[in-house]
Amino acid sequence: MATTSQSPQRGTVLLKVEGLTKYFPVRGGIFGRRRGNVRAVDGVDLAVRSGETLGLVGESGCGKSTVGRTILHLYRKTRGRIVFDGRDLDTLGRREMRALRRDMQIIFQDPYESLNARHTVGQILEEPYCIHRIGARSDRNAQVCALLQRVGLPESAASRFPHEFSGGQRQRIGIARALALDPRLIICDEPVSALDVSIQSQILNLLLEQQQVNALTYIFISHDLAVVKHMSDRIAVMYLGKIVEFTDSERLYRQALHPYTHALISAIPVPDPTYKKQRIILSGDVPSPQNPPSGCRFHTRCSYAQDRCRREEPVLRNLSTGTDEHLAACHFAGDLPERAS
Amino acid sequence: MVDDDNVLEVRDLITSFTTETGRIRALDHVSFTVARGQTLGIVGESGCGKSVTALSIMRLLPQPAGRIDGGCVMYDGVDLTKAPVEDMCRIRGRRISMIFQEPMTALNPVQKIGRQLLEVYHLHQPHLDTDAATQAAVGILERVGISDPADRMNQYPHQLSGGIRQRVMIAFGLACKPDILIADEPTTALDVTIQAQILDLMRQLQHDIGMSIIFITHDLGVIADICDDVMVMYAGRIAEKATTSDLFAAPRHPYTRGLLRSVPRLDSPRKQMLKTIEGTVPSLQDMPDGCRFADRCALAEKRCRDAAPMLEPHDDRLVACYNWNRELP
Repeated sequence: MATTSQSPQRGTVLLKVEGLTKYFPVRGGIFGRRRGNVRAVDGVDLAVRSGETLGLVGESGCGKSTVGRTILHLYRKTRGRIVFDGRDLDTLGRREMRALRRDMQIIFQDPYESLNARHTVGQILEEPYCIHRIGARSDRNAQVCALLQRVGLPESAASRFPHEFSGGQRQRIGIARALALDPRLIICDEPVSALDVSIQSQILNLLLEQQQVNALTYIFISHDLAVVKHMSDRIAVMYLGKIVEFTDSERLYRQALHPYTHALISAIPVPDPTYKKQRIILSGDVPSPQNPPSGCRFHTRCSYAQDRCRREEPVLRNLSTGTDEHLAACHFAGDLPERAS
Repeated sequence: MVDDDNVLEVRDLITSFTTETGRIRALDHVSFTVARGQTLGIVGESGCGKSVTALSIMRLLPQPAGRIDGGCVMYDGVDLTKAPVEDMCRIRGRRISMIFQEPMTALNPVQKIGRQLLEVYHLHQPHLDTDAATQAAVGILERVGISDPADRMNQYPHQLSGGIRQRVMIAFGLACKPDILIADEPTTALDVTIQAQILDLMRQLQHDIGMSIIFITHDLGVIADICDDVMVMYAGRIAEKATTSDLFAAPRHPYTRGLLRSVPRLDSPRKQMLKTIEGTVPSLQDMPDGCRFADRCALAEKRCRDAAPMLEPHDDRLVACYNWNRELP
C-alpha cells in the first residue's frame, strides 16, 4: 500500500559528520594504565538535511547516543569531522563554539536526572537566556511563560520544582529548555523511552508539532524502531559503533537490505495477535565493543555469514537504482532471500 | 472454589500501603482467574497495580507498609492471603515462582550462579544430595539455552550479559517446575533481539512443563505475542479482561481503545499526529469517586463520575464501563 506522506524536501545539509570516531579508554591495573578501548563509535558518516528528522536506531551499546553527544561536543571526539551549517567545529574558538551551541540542543531520556532538582522550573528555563545573555532581566518572566505555553504547561509551573511533576510533564520541561534558544537542531536522545504508553504519544505529538512550527531539524535516537519509524524521514541503523544501513524510513521498513535490520524489524512485538510473521531470532548476544569481531561485526550472529564476512569488512555502499539513497554495509545485501516484513 | 481448569483464583483483592500522607489503596477489588497451562497477561501503566497484584499473590509486599486488606487468593484449596508463613515459604519458589525485570537486583552479586541455584534445590528439594542437585542445576541452565552451563555455574552475575542473566533468572524460577510462573516485566530491560529470544524460550518451556504464566508488562506488543488472555489495569482496578484475540480485535474499554490507537506502528504513515489519551493517571492519594478513568475519557458522563461501573460481562469479555459499546470520537 502506498503511503501519502511526502519525503522531506531536499533541503540543504545542516549537519555533516565524517568519519566520526569515539573511543573510550579502558583502564586497569594499579596504575590505571590504558588497557584498551571501547570503540563506541567507529567511523560514522552522516548528512542531516535542514528540516528533516534523521533517526538513529540500534540496540544498547551500538553507539547511537554517543554519536549524538559527540556531535554536541559533550564528549570529545577521537577522530572525524563535524560540520554544522558549513562551519567545521574544530576551527571554532571557545566563544564561537558557545554561540553555536544556541543552535544545537539536546533532550535526554530521563527528564528527572537531567533537570536540576533544586531549581524551580522557572529558574531552569531562564538559565539558557542568562547564559547566552538574551533579553533583559525584566523579560525573563514573559519568556518563561511563553515557553511553558509552547509545551502545554500552565504558567503556574514556573514556581514549582521538577519533582512535583509527572514523567510526561518533566519531559515537557526538558523540551521547553531545549526550545528556549530557538535552536536549529535538536538531538532527541530516547525522549520517550522512560514514559508510559499513553504519555509517549503526547510527547511525540509535541515534538512533531514544534518541528512543523519552527522548521526544526531533529536527530531522533531510540531503540524502538516503531517510534523511530514514526518520527523520522530517514533512518540510520547502527550496530557496534557502525552504521549498517541508511535510507528513507518507509523504504527501510518495506525493503530492508541488511540482515541485522531484518532481524530488528522482525523482533519488534506487534500489538496485533493476528499478525503472522516470520520471526528471525538472532542467536547470542551483541559482542563487546571493546573487542569487536573481525570482518563484518555482525557475522557472529548472522545466519548468512560466509567466510568472506569473517575476513573482510563490508563498506557502506549505495544499492539503490533510483534517486533515493539506500546504503547498506553487507557483502551480500540485495542478494539475500527476500523476506516479507 | 478453584475448579480444575483454573490453577489460581483471586477474588476481591484489596491491597493498601501506608505512606506519609495516609493509607492509599493500590488494588481495589481485583478479581481474576488463571487458567491451567495458559498465559495471562496483565498490562497497564506505572502505578496501575500490576506489580502489586503479583506481590500480593506471593505475599511479598514491602513490609510493614504494604498490607492485604481484603479478598482472597485461592491456590490448591488454600487461601494464600491467610496461609501461615511456613506454608508460604513452601509454596514460593516451588509451586509459584516469580521472575523480575532486573535480574541484577534479584541475584546475589557476591555469590556464584551455581551456589545460588543449588540453594534453591537445597531449600525446596532437600532429598537431592549435592551431586544430584548440581546435575539438576546444570540441566536447568542448559534447558534455558545457556551454553557451557557447567562453566557458568562458577561465574558471578556481573560476568553475564543482560540476556544471559535473565535466562539464569528463568532457570531459578523453573528449577522446581512450578504450577505458576509470575513474570514481572521480564524483558523490559532487554534489547528487542534478546527479548525475542526470551519470549521464545518462555513459550517453549511452558509447552514442555505445562505451567501457567502470569505475564506482567506495559508493552501491548509483547502481550499480543505471548498471552492467551489479557487483563488491562488502570489505577488499581481492572478495566477490561478478555482473550487476547478479542481484546485486540475489538477493545471495549475507552482506556484500552485509547491505548491501542496511541501506539506508533511500523505500518502506519510517518510523521502523522498520533491519537492521544489526554491528561495523566490520577494519583492514588486523590482518586476520584466514580470511574477512575473518567477525567481522561472522551465518553465520560455524569453517571461515570457518580458511581464507578462494575466489571461486567459484555461481548464475550469483562469490561468496567457504561459506554463499552460506544466508539471513541
